Amino acid sequence: MAVNYSAKEEADGHPSGGVGVPGGGAVGGGGGGAVKTRKPDNTAFKQQRLPAWQPILTAGTVLPAFFIIGLIFIPIGIGIFVTSNNIREYEIDYTGTEPSSPCNKCLNVSWDSTPPCTCTINFTLEHAFESNVFMYYGLSNFYQNHRRYVKSRDDSQLNGDNSSLLNPSKECEPYRTNEDKPIAPCGAIANSMFNDTLELYRIDNDTRTPITLIKKGIAWWTDKNVKFRNPTGDGNNLTALFQGTTKPVNWPKPVYMLDSEPDNNGFINEDFIVWMRTAALPTFRKLYRLIERKNNFQPTLQAGKYSLDIAYNYPVHSFDGRKRMILSTISWMGGKNPFLGIAYITVGSICFFLGVVLLFIHHKYGNRNTSADIPN
Amino acid sequence: MDCSLLRTLVSRYCAGEENWVDSRTIYVGHREPPPGAEAYIPQRFPDNRVVSSKYTFWNFVPKNLFEQFRRIANFYFLIIFLVQLIIDTPTSPVTSGLPLLFVITVTAIKQGYEDWLRHKADNAINHCPVHFIQHGKLVRKQSQKLRVGDIVMVKENETFPCDLIFLSSSRGDGTCFVTTTGLDGESSQKTYYAVQDTKAFHNEQEIDALHATIECEQPQPDLYKFVGRINVYHDRNEPIARPLGSENLLLRGATLKNTEKIFGVAIYTGMETKMALNYQSKSQKRSAVEKSMNVFLVVYLGILVSKAVINTVLKYAWQSDPFRDEPWYNQKTEPEKKRNLFLQAFTDFLAFMVLFNYIIPVSMYVTVEMQKFLGSYFLAWDEEMFDEGTGEGPLVNTSDLNEELGQIEYVFTDKTGTLTENNMEFVECCIEGHVYVPHVICNGQILHDCTGIDMIDSSPGSNGKEREELFFRALCLCHTVQVKDDDSVDGLEKDEVPRKPCVYISSSPDEVALVEGIQRLGYTFLRLKENYMEILNRENNIEKFELLEVFSFDSVRRRMSVIVRSPTGDIFLFCKGADSSIFPRVKEGKIDQVRSRVQRNAVEGLRTLCVAYKKLSAEEYSNVQELLQGAKLALQERDKKLAEVYEQIETDFILLGATAVEDRLQEKAADTIEALQKAGIKVWVLTGDKMETAAATCYACKLFRRNTQILELTTKKIEEQSLHDVLFDLNKTVIRQNGSLTRDTFSGLSADTQDYGLIIDGAALSLIMKPRYDGSSGNYREIFLNICRNCTAVLCCRMAPLQKAQIVKLIKLSKERPITLAIGDGANDVSMILEAHVGIGVIGKEGRQAARNSDYAIPKFKHLKKMLLVHGHFYYIRISELVQYFFYKNVCFIFPQFLYQFFCGFSQQTLYDTAYLTLYNISFTSLPILLYSLMEQHVSPETLKREPSLYRDVAKNALLRWHAFIYWTFLGVFDAVVFFFGAYFLLNNTVVTSNGQLMTTSTHMIFGNWTFGTVVFTVLVFTVTFKLAIDTHYWTWINHFVIWGSLVFYIVFSLLWGGITWPFLNYQRMYYVFMQMLSSGPAWLGIILLITVSLLPDVLKKVLCRELWPTATERIQKSMRHKTGQNALPSCDGPLLEGNLSPSEP
Repeated sequence: MAVNYSAKEEADGHPSGGVGVPGGGAVGGGGGGAVKTRKPDNTAFKQQRLPAWQPILTAGTVLPAFFIIGLIFIPIGIGIFVTSNNIREYEIDYTGTEPSSPCNKCLNVSWDSTPPCTCTINFTLEHAFESNVFMYYGLSNFYQNHRRYVKSRDDSQLNGDNSSLLNPSKECEPYRTNEDKPIAPCGAIANSMFNDTLELYRIDNDTRTPITLIKKGIAWWTDKNVKFRNPTGDGNNLTALFQGTTKPVNWPKPVYMLDSEPDNNGFINEDFIVWMRTAALPTFRKLYRLIERKNNFQPTLQAGKYSLDIAYNYPVHSFDGRKRMILSTISWMGGKNPFLGIAYITVGSICFFLGVVLLFIHHKYGNRNTSADIPN
Repeated sequence: MDCSLLRTLVSRYCAGEENWVDSRTIYVGHREPPPGAEAYIPQRFPDNRVVSSKYTFWNFVPKNLFEQFRRIANFYFLIIFLVQLIIDTPTSPVTSGLPLLFVITVTAIKQGYEDWLRHKADNAINHCPVHFIQHGKLVRKQSQKLRVGDIVMVKENETFPCDLIFLSSSRGDGTCFVTTTGLDGESSQKTYYAVQDTKAFHNEQEIDALHATIECEQPQPDLYKFVGRINVYHDRNEPIARPLGSENLLLRGATLKNTEKIFGVAIYTGMETKMALNYQSKSQKRSAVEKSMNVFLVVYLGILVSKAVINTVLKYAWQSDPFRDEPWYNQKTEPEKKRNLFLQAFTDFLAFMVLFNYIIPVSMYVTVEMQKFLGSYFLAWDEEMFDEGTGEGPLVNTSDLNEELGQIEYVFTDKTGTLTENNMEFVECCIEGHVYVPHVICNGQILHDCTGIDMIDSSPGSNGKEREELFFRALCLCHTVQVKDDDSVDGLEKDEVPRKPCVYISSSPDEVALVEGIQRLGYTFLRLKENYMEILNRENNIEKFELLEVFSFDSVRRRMSVIVRSPTGDIFLFCKGADSSIFPRVKEGKIDQVRSRVQRNAVEGLRTLCVAYKKLSAEEYSNVQELLQGAKLALQERDKKLAEVYEQIETDFILLGATAVEDRLQEKAADTIEALQKAGIKVWVLTGDKMETAAATCYACKLFRRNTQILELTTKKIEEQSLHDVLFDLNKTVIRQNGSLTRDTFSGLSADTQDYGLIIDGAALSLIMKPRYDGSSGNYREIFLNICRNCTAVLCCRMAPLQKAQIVKLIKLSKERPITLAIGDGANDVSMILEAHVGIGVIGKEGRQAARNSDYAIPKFKHLKKMLLVHGHFYYIRISELVQYFFYKNVCFIFPQFLYQFFCGFSQQTLYDTAYLTLYNISFTSLPILLYSLMEQHVSPETLKREPSLYRDVAKNALLRWHAFIYWTFLGVFDAVVFFFGAYFLLNNTVVTSNGQLMTTSTHMIFGNWTFGTVVFTVLVFTVTFKLAIDTHYWTWINHFVIWGSLVFYIVFSLLWGGITWPFLNYQRMYYVFMQMLSSGPAWLGIILLITVSLLPDVLKKVLCRELWPTATERIQKSMRHKTGQNALPSCDGPLLEGNLSPSEP
């Protein structure tokens, strides 16, 4: 930008304030009154003469900016692109719409089918997953961002407010009460919580070794510790605390029986918290489990055969949905996302190219204007 | 008498309603007529209150609300607000109710304040004290309490409080002198006559004893027409009826002069006075910017409705699958299921409307209002526009029209008091080709002698000496000036008289100036006593001339003569008049020298008169007497016969010389007009003055140049030819030139091409304006307009106040719809001030009538230059950026929401949190644009003043044309697409990590819909603010503070908003969302990328346009930059782009 500081400060201070008004010739004989000077103050602000920096965007000033942006963006883009490409990701669609799929038999399960329909999908990892692995479930065509759905929750109930627990917000309708008892947690979001169980086994010479899946640490810390709280009362017995409420219609068991561990039960169950953060788009992933790297000598998941055991409870076929299980490593910039890197490289190149074009234009036309305009 | 009785009877019994009656009866002093004469019918007339304000205390709230909701935009917001209250909408009513309330309140306060000022001004007039007579005593009362029939006393230099019938005056002859400057702009004094039967009443008691009724017509606006009769009752006799004419009617707004006091009876009061009837009703003026803003608004309304319709249709198409409408995980409530499909669809449509309603920003109106209101202070504060002499600065009466000052195409200016000082001064005289200038500085010394004459040419011979003295005597004698009676001067102390300056009175200020000027050259006119004119010559001797005849001045002859008998017994006829009427009658004298001098003076704008004489022998004189006597006694066509006689007598003159009188132009008037013309503004002078005078002024102020070809369209010319022929001739002349004009129309500085100046007078104008019944060929108006369009300057003389308004209206409504400005200082200019798009009052000598009714008032005409070229230009570029930017930022804001509907099942889910929706326009992006629109200076004020042609860059609403509007809209849409899909690809199907948290395990979370919205919103706020930063050319600390401050405020607010769980909210959806976003590296990278991409096209467009097709403004900016680069301050005084200001962007 053109730096050109024109300090137009007023030359001298205020002129003597009272510039006399010649004793008003009072035409019309109206009561003359005190003629006071309305002379405006001579301040830089009032006279619109504040010192100012007056940049102008010209080819000359913008040129360097374009080159700099180009030179910065391209390396960043390359860096991101390479990082993103190094991320290992594996995805299995286990919806079971194809007749050949092992889960095809479970396609039309309903919520309350007991015992749950189970199926197993075998797969092979071509490359080892070196660092920590994140296990996601993904849903497609599931409108978690539908307005009726998004607002169908009661945050104060989830925050452990006792009055809201027994008298949930109207927003939860039609999932507010069941048989005259308030639902805890109320609302469509909670009611439709994802309840497939996924288990991962490594198949090594026909032996199935279960892989430890960590279920804590998948939710935002603040959500788990501040935003979501179990109701308070005497003692820590969640069953007693949720007294007077009923489970969501679609749930097989009440909220205080989501997990055996007390710090992951009730409203602060992390699977529940993750589900309650509504996704932005109809195709989304949610973090399901973590797989930690045991030691430095072995990758977290070696290349080889694995099997995924699914307790298939969650019906998606009715709305044409898909269900996926994703395994992914991550880098400093998150999961696999080629978009950012490519975008950076593209924008950087465009800027560089425009810089060259402008340079050309500037040389061809820029001087013409300058020389023509300035006399002397 | 019988007739009038009959008329009253008829009117009484037939009319029933007073409005129907075409005459009114006034009982002087509220005295009942003697019984038997007429029944006393008390009539109701309005009181003498003048009301210019719009509201009263009681009707302010309902009337103002009504006015405000008549605005399409406000009404729209009200509807949106009501819809939000009634149906279940995605956003809460607060989001639109709060800003609406704010807008309405701010506007109401502003209008209330402005109306309060009007009330104050009204009160000042209405409460000003008036003397009137009650039961034979003088009582002081407020002007507003005056009633019809009251007898009023007015003292010298007071303004008449209402229309009065002149009963008696302190002068013995029952006359008084009045100036009507405040009414029609004529500063000369006119004589009015008291009613014959009452002129003897000199004190209150006598007046009070008067017993009379007045019958007169109902009020009508014509200032020069009045018909009525007065019935004076003496004892019990039959009343004496006298006709009343306009010479008996003293009008409100006129001022009493040179008369100690007069008595009069009020007949028209308050809003029924002729002055008030000459006002036009105040209509709300709308600026061109506001009009185009409203057009854009309608376009956006169309976009909004179509968006809502598209989404509603798509929603139902999409929902036709039941599993989409109501999947198992997202059931409807019972009432929702039962609802009628069409009702449901309509509700959905309204909900979409509400969701997208921010595209028409409420806050734009607030910001525009605030910008106008606050911005107008810069005008009032301007020190350069403050006049030290009067202690007055510019006044802003309405701030609605600020930007219109930058759009002016026609300036209509009054002459007297606006262009000129209204102050005549004798400049020089030329006797036989020798030029005499009183009181000049000669060789650095002021000539001390009383003569004070500077002879510019060689000294005259002995013959010349004689002529010179004759010339001075002629000027001393040939006039109708009266000497103001002064008690001390009674001709007694003759030796003291000479040095005492006399006070002269005349209906023509020129004559006064001449007599005063001659006084300085040594000859003093003392008085007219018993038909002897006494003059004091250089030797301090008194010469007495017997005045035999006066041939008074008239505008057809354009000269006047006197016949006098000198002390030696010679009879002289002295004549003075316009050069055109003198020269043809001259038989000897140095015509050529005088003529050249006269022409030189005329070109300089001086008012010139030629003086000639002839000596009459006794026989000739008796012959003349005979002729005159015959004419004067004629009963029919006396005037015509007299004129014939004058014509006969006024021949065979010997030319003496010429005089030059200057009506001093206002300081820098010529400079201002020149600058305005360079800026592409056409200047018209509208005056009530006579043509010669007005034309001279136009030359002086460089409206007409020496090479301007004058086209005349005057009564005189129309008498010679028919109007039709004159018009067509002129049109032909103009059109012939047209071919060559087109080449240069843009520069307006055309030196080589022929300029045309048009002079038209009131009578000719009314002929043109008159609708034609024969319908033979075309419309005169069109031809007239065509002539005007091709003239660089137009002078309209002999204009009545309403005619001034008519001509403004004619131009205003011509097919180009140009923006007009009217400037004037007198009450006679009020109607045109009200009619024009922008009305400017000059705070002058002729009262504050014009200033009060104007939109802006300035102390001097010269301030118009800065007002238009600098302030107007600034206001325009500021507000046009403001308007465009507002639409742009709201397209950026709302379009992502629209796109989001395609991804959320058309469920009207908002993309942004409610707080962001509400605060976006109110706080995150409001202040930078407001401050921009107050502070921006794309070039310095000095440059704008020096280069009037820069005004053309913004002419014709250049910055708010369709292509600009479409550019901004597309820029907005592009940015919105970048924001939305950028965030979409950034977050879609991917996991974004957050690192560096104080947690044992590094966690890697999923972002939800609110994070998605927050990313879009953050990019949006930054882009929109940076876009403004790119457009800002004038970065004061305030701009820095506000622009960066807004961004900081956004960040701080978001941190705070997401930082705690707010107990009063029933949702906590934003909790920690912003922090989570900030703690993620890719989010940062993505935001930076998206901001860069969004700004790229605009920067590129700017740079390319500047480089390849620079406008004049941009060139100036560039050269200024180079200048300041070379030496610290701009020092160039001459125009920077004299030559290369060719039409760069026609």
